[in-house]
Amino acid sequence: MSTLPKLAVAKFASCDGCQLTLLHAEDELLAIADAVHIANFAEASSRLEPAPYDITLVEGSITTQKDRRRIVKLRSDSKYLITIGACATAGGIQALRNFADHQDFLRAVYARPDYIQSLATSTPIAAHVKVDFELRGCPIDKSQLLEVIASLLAGHRPRTSSECVCQPCKRRGTVCVVVANNQPCLGPVTQAGCGAVCPAFDRGCYGCFGPAAQPNMLGLSDRLLQPRMDRAQSARFLQTFNSYAPEFSAAGQRLWQLAGQPKPLHPSLASSPGDTHPAAVGQGKETTEE
Amino acid sequence: MPAKDPTRCHVNATELPVIDHSPTPAQWFLPRQSLQTLLDQLQRLGYEVVGPRIDQAAIVYDQIESVDELPAGWTDLQSPGQYRLQPRADDALFGYVVGPHSWKKYLFPPLVNLMRSTKTTDGWQMQDEPQEPRRYALLGVRACELAAIAIQDRVFLSERYTDPLYQQRRHALLIIAVNCTQAASTCFCTSMQSGPRCTSGFDLALTELPTGFVVEIGSPGGQAVADDLPLRPATEQERESSSLARKTAFDQITRQLDTTNIRDKLMTRLEHPRWADVASRCLSCANCTLVCPTCFCHSVDDVTDLTSDEVIRQRHWDSCFNMDFSYANGGAVRDNVRSRYRQWLTHKLASWIDQFGSSGCVGCGRCITWCPVGIDLTEEVAAICSEPST
Ligand code: SF4
Ligand code: SF4
Ligand code: SF4
Ligand code: SF4
Ligand code: SF4
Repeated sequence: MSTLPKLAVAKFASCDGCQLTLLHAEDELLAIADAVHIANFAEASSRLEPAPYDITLVEGSITTQKDRRRIVKLRSDSKYLITIGACATAGGIQALRNFADHQDFLRAVYARPDYIQSLATSTPIAAHVKVDFELRGCPIDKSQLLEVIASLLAGHRPRTSSECVCQPCKRRGTVCVVVANNQPCLGPVTQAGCGAVCPAFDRGCYGCFGPAAQPNMLGLSDRLLQPRMDRAQSARFLQTFNSYAPEFSAAGQRLWQLAGQPKPLHPSLASSPGDTHPAAVGQGKETTEE
Repeated sequence: MPAKDPTRCHVNATELPVIDHSPTPAQWFLPRQSLQTLLDQLQRLGYEVVGPRIDQAAIVYDQIESVDELPAGWTDLQSPGQYRLQPRADDALFGYVVGPHSWKKYLFPPLVNLMRSTKTTDGWQMQDEPQEPRRYALLGVRACELAAIAIQDRVFLSERYTDPLYQQRRHALLIIAVNCTQAASTCFCTSMQSGPRCTSGFDLALTELPTGFVVEIGSPGGQAVADDLPLRPATEQERESSSLARKTAFDQITRQLDTTNIRDKLMTRLEHPRWADVASRCLSCANCTLVCPTCFCHSVDDVTDLTSDEVIRQRHWDSCFNMDFSYANGGAVRDNVRSRYRQWLTHKLASWIDQFGSSGCVGCGRCITWCPVGIDLTEEVAAICSEPST
């Protein structure tokens, strides 16, 4: 029996892209295997060891009753629970249902919607259990994932930055696509971590790492997005993979309202998602000075 | 600080002859078709030539080997939050203003590894990361940019704190300045006494004419390069045309910043309501500081591998607009956009004077053009300073 810390990777409602990031860390996998014992990672091995685990990486959001119960059990089975990716940290693209009629989606997509048993909402893991660290991205960034694992092993806080995408964008010498090309970009309100990939390929950031620290959503919506697209387009631009992240959610709802197509949150979520969402704690709403 | 090599190092701009003050500054003429000779010669002398070229819908600074890579026939149209490349009526090589990049990326690179620590059986071995010496020749440096380099010299080459990487690159540097013959709507160097005329801090300075360049020599290093160029004395007419071309830039500058007593004016208006107003528009995205040729803020991080047996200490550009930049003892000191914008503006224009003896702004206008929401510091200063102090 290995004495290394036991690592598990669990999947909820998600596309598997974040787990693949771990599998894609080919050059580092050997070092990972030297540092932790991969006890339960269905995507990598059919040998699944039972709980407890020292580190559990959780991908995906909560969209069924069964998963609601499963995450509670997993939490009690895990010493550290780390959520990875936009689904786990903000509800993912499937959280668009939080602003719509879930039944409409079911009818549009499935021939027999009555076979489907799912909740009317998609919510982040932290809305259900305590999360020790949230790693953003759609998908997550490999180096950030390794940094989180390394920091847990070394016993320090992960060095993931809270700055916005514009900063890596400028460090790599990319010309701003907003200023030089009149494109909308969510870089100024999006947390860095991807290395500012999209602007380097001549398109605006679409916010897959979720809100940066203290994002000025009003300034962005009214001064960067709306001069370049109408309100409904601006709302759609903001509401993709992180639509239910508190700041993006509120800004999107405001824009839909202004566009004359209000999209209120599902009644079960009507209180602000920020109440339970750790992304809103410590890096959420602007505090007034003095 | 080691003794300076007088032929290469022009660290203190005030040591250089101020050419415009001499009664008849020597002016030479380099035919347009001989510009490649200059590039070839710089390469022969072991310089990496960096200069303007078109990339990503803008004129950026990058490695240049051939005159064909220069943005012949292109210019830029700039206004707050907007930059557009435009074809020119002629094929001028330097007929643009300043763009999204600044020369600081060569002297103060955005990301450097400083040190490496390795765990061994005898404990930690720490080693400075070896820095490959770089010998850059900058081609196309504008007057405001010369002033910006002089400002960063005061930051990185002070008697007390010298940055070795900056020092090596700066001492090996050759500067070929180009006088502006047009200005952007965002330029305000005349307010900051930094341009548009290149008066000092260069090795060679060119003024572009349709047939070639009127050349001034600003240092022994510049003289050494000039000695091997096919130069002839500029004719009276060439001198006049070049002076007229420079005057065009001067005449096109409309933006102004009133610097009279600006330090006290700003510092006595720290509670002015305009700070909250600008904070409602500002995205705190840091673009203005990262494009600024004088901003020098950086952070140092230790980056470990999975085993934590090797630690690399990295320095990267940072900014006062980043909340974590003022993180101290459990929280961020500047915990909102208002205080961060105020820090930026008052550092640039006021406390910089206390710290380094000059303004931190040279009036290049980059922070205005490259602000994605078009915030204009000259407008903010005017609004803040127009009313009596609070
Ligand atoms: S392209 Fe986007 S991320 Fe890059 S500087 Fe501009 S706004 Fe910021
Ligand atoms: S600010 Fe002055 S020196 Fe700088 S580019 Fe504009 S005109 Fe030229
Ligand atoms: S303005 Fe801000 S980023 Fe620039 S040097 Fe001052 S504190 Fe640093
Ligand atoms: S503060 Fe703005 S105008 Fe002044 S030097 Fe910096 S970028 Fe140029
Ligand atoms: S002034 Fe403009 S460029 Fe500077 S931080 Fe604010 S929004 Fe960004």
